[in-house]
Amino acid sequence: MATGVATDSNRLAYTGGVLAPAAQARTARRWGWLLYAEYRLTSMRAYLQTIVIRSIGLPLLYLASMGLGLGALVDSGAGGVDGVSYLVFVAPGLLVSSIVMEATGEFTYPVMSGFKWQKHFFAAAASPVRPGQIAVGEVVAVGLRFLIETVVFWLALLLFGAVTAATSWLVILIAPLAALAFGAPLLAFAATQTDEGAQFAFIQRFVVMPMFLFAGTFFPLGAMPWYLQWIGWISPMWHGTQLARVVCFGMPNPVWLSVLHLVVLLVTAVAGTWFAVRIFTRRLTR
Amino acid sequence: MSVIQARSLVKSYGDLNAVDGIDFDVAAGESFGLLGPNGAGKSTTMRMIGGTSLRTSGTLSVLGMDPETHGPEVRANLGVIPQQDNLDTELRVRDNLITYGRYFGLPRSYLQRRADDLLEFAQLTDKAGEKVDNLSGGMKRRLTIARGLINEPRILLLDEPTTGLDPQARHILWDRLFRLKEEGVTLVVTTHFMDEAEQLCDRLVVMDRGRIVAEGSPAQLIRQYCTREVLEVRFGSERNAAVVQQLGDVAERLEVLPDRILLYTDDGEAALERVTSLGLQPLTSLVRRSSLEDVFLRLTGRSLID
Ligand SMILES: Nc1ncnc2c1ncn2[C@@H]1O[C@H](COP(=O)(O)OP(=O)(O)O)[C@@H](O)[C@H]1O
Ligand SMILES: [Mg+2]
Repeated sequence: MATGVATDSNRLAYTGGVLAPAAQARTARRWGWLLYAEYRLTSMRAYLQTIVIRSIGLPLLYLASMGLGLGALVDSGAGGVDGVSYLVFVAPGLLVSSIVMEATGEFTYPVMSGFKWQKHFFAAAASPVRPGQIAVGEVVAVGLRFLIETVVFWLALLLFGAVTAATSWLVILIAPLAALAFGAPLLAFAATQTDEGAQFAFIQRFVVMPMFLFAGTFFPLGAMPWYLQWIGWISPMWHGTQLARVVCFGMPNPVWLSVLHLVVLLVTAVAGTWFAVRIFTRRLTR
Repeated sequence: MSVIQARSLVKSYGDLNAVDGIDFDVAAGESFGLLGPNGAGKSTTMRMIGGTSLRTSGTLSVLGMDPETHGPEVRANLGVIPQQDNLDTELRVRDNLITYGRYFGLPRSYLQRRADDLLEFAQLTDKAGEKVDNLSGGMKRRLTIARGLINEPRILLLDEPTTGLDPQARHILWDRLFRLKEEGVTLVVTTHFMDEAEQLCDRLVVMDRGRIVAEGSPAQLIRQYCTREVLEVRFGSERNAAVVQQLGDVAERLEVLPDRILLYTDDGEAALERVTSLGLQPLTSLVRRSSLEDVFLRLTGRSLID
């Protein structure tokens, strides 16, 4: 196959033999976000192993320790939480919180890399794909990754009998939505950062960890003093977890509150994406 | 017919006019150069052509379209080789070409074939399955050029194609670019190397501090701004300044640099004889042909590479 010298038949210049430029542009105008998302998913192959191990390993680890270990303690002492066993109570929280926490990895350093190290955002912006579509493509690709991980997690929960209601499959949509409600604003923030400093570690320590510990994953928000409960209300993780509990074991929750959870998540995810689009556009056309 | 047309093009960053009102035309099939030192505004001009930098004022037309309003349409016709390679180092060599081609909405079946052709062109066929990180600087550059060709562009924008490469790698690259030129691809090349500009460009503009200071073919520019030859003499850094007075009539024009004196004349050897007949003994002397470097020095009083 390799002949060393390109022959005359494989011309390199414009021949018009491919999709015409105008058609390329039309495709990109409509589907550029998807074309970028396709690239982003391809690039995840580089750390596919990590993704797979985490998405299968994490649920098993959590279920074993929280559900069986801590669960036995709670159930024997308090007789479960919210009228169900601790395993059933904690499972939706574990699912939502671990998917939300994955957002930190995807929407911090890779974003800085896209602008600064690998510069793949600039590479994409030199093609017919537009900057705003790159931002949307990031959200779509990472959202899809979350979706797949959630399915795996949810199947593990089913297997362990940790989800009981027929509506539990809805969590497949809720967890990725909650992750994007946290992730999209984070994407927008990361896109404003030009230098690597302590900002991402700060977010991990002072935003993500408190959210994980205090936003209703392990115990109901109401179990905390009132002056700590705001942490839940401003956390996508809590809104997602509450919704997940409603669909996974029928946790009693006023309809208006469930609707509010959903609206908060949708608005935050959409607003974050909108900001990301603007910031990407500004930075890639400077 | 011109494929790129810029009129009074300006790009400001705060108080700085990175590009300060330039006009130029690039004809179809031509190899057009932007020659200038670091910070002249070359990369900024290139980005504006692709619509990836919004201009502050002026007009710009690429294939009859405004890159700001018709970005995707313009970029579908462009191959962009940025100053710094932005290949995906996680992907293999061939996959870099294919994934990039997808941004143009091109079908995978076409891209597979195209990638093989381009690897052959870039002399990277045996590196197809290699990680990008394992390539040499010259190979990475050729891969970036191959990537820029994935969509059969009519215009290739090459921002400092050989900066940072060793001489051999530069020659391989120039050879590849000649091949493209022969095929009729319009090349727009920026460089701060006068030899590169002389090698690659049919016509060029000399840029300095955001402005165009001269325009023409390399030969025209040298003829217009320089003599045919240059005599370079060194008397040691202390004496250079002292002997300048005496050299006034020896050549048409003098340039005094910190380490040497340049004497512009049509006959370098004759000038050297005149110097020695004045009783001056330079430590070293060299007669060479004038280059674009001399043109730049004449126009700006500074050298291209600091
Ligand atoms: N994004 C930017 N923000 C601020 N200044 C910039 C930016 N890009 C370029 N410049 C400035 O504009 C000038 C021209 O830069 P550039 O076009 O990169 O020059 P060249 O490519 O000729 O070396 C330089 O002074 C550079 O510092
Ligand atoms: Mg530059």
